[in-house]
Amino acid sequence: MATIALNDVKKSYGRTEVIHGVTMEIEDGELIVIVGPSGCGKSTLLRMVAGLEAISSGEISIAGRVVNNLEPRERDIAMVFQNYALYPHMSVYDNMAYGLKIAKLSKQEIAERVDKAATMLELKPYLGRKPSALSGGQRQRVAMGRALVRNPAAFLFDEPLSNLDAKLRVQMRLEIKQLQRSVGTTSLYVTHDQVEAMTLADRLIVMNAGVAEQIDTPMNVYSQPATIFVAGFIGSPAMNLLPAVAGAPGKGLQLADGTTVKPRETRFPEAGREVYLGVRPEHLVPVNDLNADIEVKVLAIETLGADTLAHGLVGGSHGSASNLVVRMPGNAAVRAGDTLPLAIEPGMTHLFDRRSGKRIG
Amino acid sequence: MIRTSIASRVIAHFLLIVGIVIVVFPIYYVFVASTHSLMDILRPPLPLWPGNQFLHNYYEAIFGGVAKIGGVGVGRLLWNTTVVAVCVAVGKIGISILSAYAVVFFRFPLRMTFFWLIFITLMLPVEVRILPTYKVMVELHLVDTFGGLILPLIASATATLLFRQFFMTIPPELLEAARVDGAGPARFFLDILLPLSRTNIAALFVILFIYGWTQYLWPLLVTNSNDMNTIVIGLRKMISFADADTQWHLVMVTCIFAILPPILIVVLMQRWFVKGLVESEK
Repeated sequence: MATIALNDVKKSYGRTEVIHGVTMEIEDGELIVIVGPSGCGKSTLLRMVAGLEAISSGEISIAGRVVNNLEPRERDIAMVFQNYALYPHMSVYDNMAYGLKIAKLSKQEIAERVDKAATMLELKPYLGRKPSALSGGQRQRVAMGRALVRNPAAFLFDEPLSNLDAKLRVQMRLEIKQLQRSVGTTSLYVTHDQVEAMTLADRLIVMNAGVAEQIDTPMNVYSQPATIFVAGFIGSPAMNLLPAVAGAPGKGLQLADGTTVKPRETRFPEAGREVYLGVRPEHLVPVNDLNADIEVKVLAIETLGADTLAHGLVGGSHGSASNLVVRMPGNAAVRAGDTLPLAIEPGMTHLFDRRSGKRIG
Repeated sequence: MIRTSIASRVIAHFLLIVGIVIVVFPIYYVFVASTHSLMDILRPPLPLWPGNQFLHNYYEAIFGGVAKIGGVGVGRLLWNTTVVAVCVAVGKIGISILSAYAVVFFRFPLRMTFFWLIFITLMLPVEVRILPTYKVMVELHLVDTFGGLILPLIASATATLLFRQFFMTIPPELLEAARVDGAGPARFFLDILLPLSRTNIAALFVILFIYGWTQYLWPLLVTNSNDMNTIVIGLRKMISFADADTQWHLVMVTCIFAILPPILIVVLMQRWFVKGLVESEK
């Protein structure tokens, strides 16, 4: 059990810098999820913590010890890989025991630790089997068992659930969370799946193009996205982003087609500033014409059962229309072709500077 | 299941049987001839059934020492050949698996240069470099020794390439998992790579053992004394141009002994490596 600290960690291949300086502290026992689109550098960052990739500059310390130049085995970490990376010729027991054998633990100690982990993961009936005789979920468990028996300072997970089917993924997600809670080991978890990220994380790191765009709790990332990228990445369907220009004081915002929007409980920036107005689909409510903030022309309806999603255009008159998605109750009576007057729930707007992409206010 | 009519099955079996007869007959005939006395073999017609000299001929060949090859018994020839074939096979596998390991898993300067150097030796068969090799063996005083018989044959670009191809199919995560588990390069090689390669090793051993067993040109050059001959060379020396001069019954016995070990290796190892294949492909 330990803290992990990253201080301005950078990575470059030749002249191309792929990680542009990430700084963060992971508390003891915390589960941190790194989420981002593929190629954003999240796996590279994890592999740098693991010691599988060299660090170009900056400093990584685990349990207060700088580990920059240490081999993976000296860092006191355990890693779970996306394709499990089990040793195919070894039994489940030997797979879990291998690291302990190398560490020269006594036979009895190894047997005890493997037994404990196998009981926790319900793997006892399979200890004698080869990985090839196991299902995907069981292999995943063995990979976790292999990490667990080491009793390391930190767990590192590299998209561990990506190879499982949807149902199993939900189940394993819960198990990982419970397991991590019960052993209380500091963990770093990489995924591209935002649902996984939101449900697992104590805190989230949202990464894009080698930059940590926001590091915060899942709820704060959802309700206060720091940048346009985070706003668009977290939440499904994604947040609606409408280009707008701030009007004179008291005049609200002017959309691309000239219509004025004045959402309630919103602090508007100085006049003339170019912004994006962000509203989540679930914060748009159909109302009567008089109370409407904006009007949307519905193009298509998606019925999901619990919810109905209406896709449409805002301000389509000048060819400068923006797409908009509205989330409504499952029984909402909307059809394609309707014009839907919508109110934005008070205080549920997000404003971003159009040039820097940063949140305003 | 592919359904076949009786007629096509009969035809297929007929063709297969004809094929087997054609392949097996010469070997059968060698066996038949090895059980007759020299006089019987030389007097036409050739006998088609085994004769009554089996024990006598085999005893003479193994323990008697054949005059033509300097009084050396077949037993000695078999021993020489076994040592050469096993050492060549084991040596080739050992050297090539280690060089493939280096080329695939380590990053060192001129790595690809070394790989291409190994690759290029494929273009230089034994016959092309035979004179310089012979010269080296003479200078090292290795003529008429096992060292001289084995060393020049022991490097193998083909086996290195085979192992390299196999190693490249091993997922990199396996290496990383082993590194996180604390395995150094030697441990990873012994505990993980070697067990995973066992099918390849078995297949290569069969091929290379037979390669070593049937070597002709190099043993012919590098051995002068009769008791360092391999069985193929001994066989050749037993046959002289004049038919009456050749002790055909003993030649045939030697032939049987020359054929038997490769057949045994193939039959025994085949079982083992098919089992290995089934296990790892699941």
